[in-house]
Amino acid sequence: MIYSDKVMDHFANPRNVGELRNANGIGEVGNPKCGDIMKMYLRIEDGIIADIKFKTFGCGAAVATSSMATELVKGKTINEALSLTNKAVVEALDGLPPVKIHCSVLAEQAIKSAISDYYKRQGIDPIPLVGEIKED
Amino acid sequence: MPKLVYVDNAATTNLSKSVINAMIPYYTENYGNPSSLYSIGRDAKKAIEFAREEIANCFNADVNEIFFTSGGSESDNWAIKGIAYEQAKKGKKHIITSKIEHHAVLHTTEFLENEGFEVTYLNVNEDGIINTDELENAIKPDTALVTIMYANNEIGTIQPIDEIGTICRKYNVIFHTDAVQAVGNIEIDVKKQNIDLLSVSAHKVHGPKGVGVLYVRRGIKILNLIHGGAQERGRRASTENVAGIVGASVAIKEACHNINEKVSKISRLRDYLIDEVLKIEKSRLNGSRTHRLPGNANFCFEGIEGESLLLLLDMQGVCASSGSACTSGSLDPSHVLLSIGLPHEIAHGSLRISLSDYNTKEEIDYILEILPGIINKLREMSPLWEKIVCENTK
Repeated sequence: MIYSDKVMDHFANPRNVGELRNANGIGEVGNPKCGDIMKMYLRIEDGIIADIKFKTFGCGAAVATSSMATELVKGKTINEALSLTNKAVVEALDGLPPVKIHCSVLAEQAIKSAISDYYKRQGIDPIPLVGEIKED
Repeated sequence: MPKLVYVDNAATTNLSKSVINAMIPYYTENYGNPSSLYSIGRDAKKAIEFAREEIANCFNADVNEIFFTSGGSESDNWAIKGIAYEQAKKGKKHIITSKIEHHAVLHTTEFLENEGFEVTYLNVNEDGIINTDELENAIKPDTALVTIMYANNEIGTIQPIDEIGTICRKYNVIFHTDAVQAVGNIEIDVKKQNIDLLSVSAHKVHGPKGVGVLYVRRGIKILNLIHGGAQERGRRASTENVAGIVGASVAIKEACHNINEKVSKISRLRDYLIDEVLKIEKSRLNGSRTHRLPGNANFCFEGIEGESLLLLLDMQGVCASSGSACTSGSLDPSHVLLSIGLPHEIAHGSLRISLSDYNTKEEIDYILEILPGIINKLREMSPLWEKIVCENTK
């Protein structure tokens, strides 16, 4: 199994890794049994993803897709972030081995889960806006 | 800093210089087909027969009991399928094995289950050792074969082979052992240990890849796996891998020479490594501390995942291995780690370091220098570690 240079770069030097103290949306997907958990911290201001951080337990692809997903939505509107697909994450990383595609799905779901949490905190039902989150 | 620290010797090993030197003439000058009549064919044939004798001597076998194959996996496949189908003619269709075998054994027994055979998978204890009472109780009148590995490739646990051999002999059941990891680490005597079939691989002991050995005790009937020629006395077709066979015999002979000296040197290094690594918070050693291959160390580090650990080690020049699901391409972590009772989330964070007599203390020191930092880096970004720390401070 060979990772692209981009995957290795995002794995070795993950962007936006860590916690966000003033986060107003936090989402976590995956489970330890399957070997990957992704946690996303969002700071949303005026409908824009003003800041984003992540923490991930998992393989190289899990870390790299988390890192790339944060890069792709940072500074974007909520709607733009919601339209992020796992395919876009895979393409931005110059591809993933087939067995690792589920990592990109998890990254997409982690972003959606954090936005759901943001809506809930605002007293807004997230389901019509975000849809159901696949948690693992 | 060393350029490359190779500590994955349970996966494969470097070729020893004497092995290469012994092999080269059979690629350059004596390239004849051993089945041919002319001199370079006869020379090749002689080389094979000399190699067979050398290998037989290593395990106290007779020369006619040694067969060359394409590797450990073929030896396992041949032993198990060959005995199963032969014994099935007498109505014996039950096989006993363990839950922690190599996939070359487990996938073969699964194949046979689909063919209508019944297979008993023995449990192992927390060290990875089978219970010989459970084995004895599992033997039935229609048991065709017991196949239990000599030593485990992941956690290095050594099975009570002498006892297993005695039990099988008592009930007159054929006993096969996959000794791929044991050769060169433990003295093997097929006669004294009542071993009926033994699988060996050359590339685990500084020999060439693609060459294996199957020992079959005289008088044991086994069906052929590879059909098509008279090689190996009609038991295994295919033009012989002459250079490979010569290399295998030199490697196996070297491996079985001075075992005690090598074992004491390697296990000293291993024990130093284990003692130091276990100082890392929330780490554990998998497998038995005492019934263990001299070169094997297998750890789990809570809160991190094995593949990430391997990638970071590789970036700093260390070649190691993991029972991580992600390295094998399946979602479940190692069947061996689950069988010794580890929960999934801990089994995901395993690291196997396997040493050979080529490794040095400097290399171990280098690993010990970089490992804690790598584990910290991964734990700092792990939401699972956050939870573990949180639960501990409660």
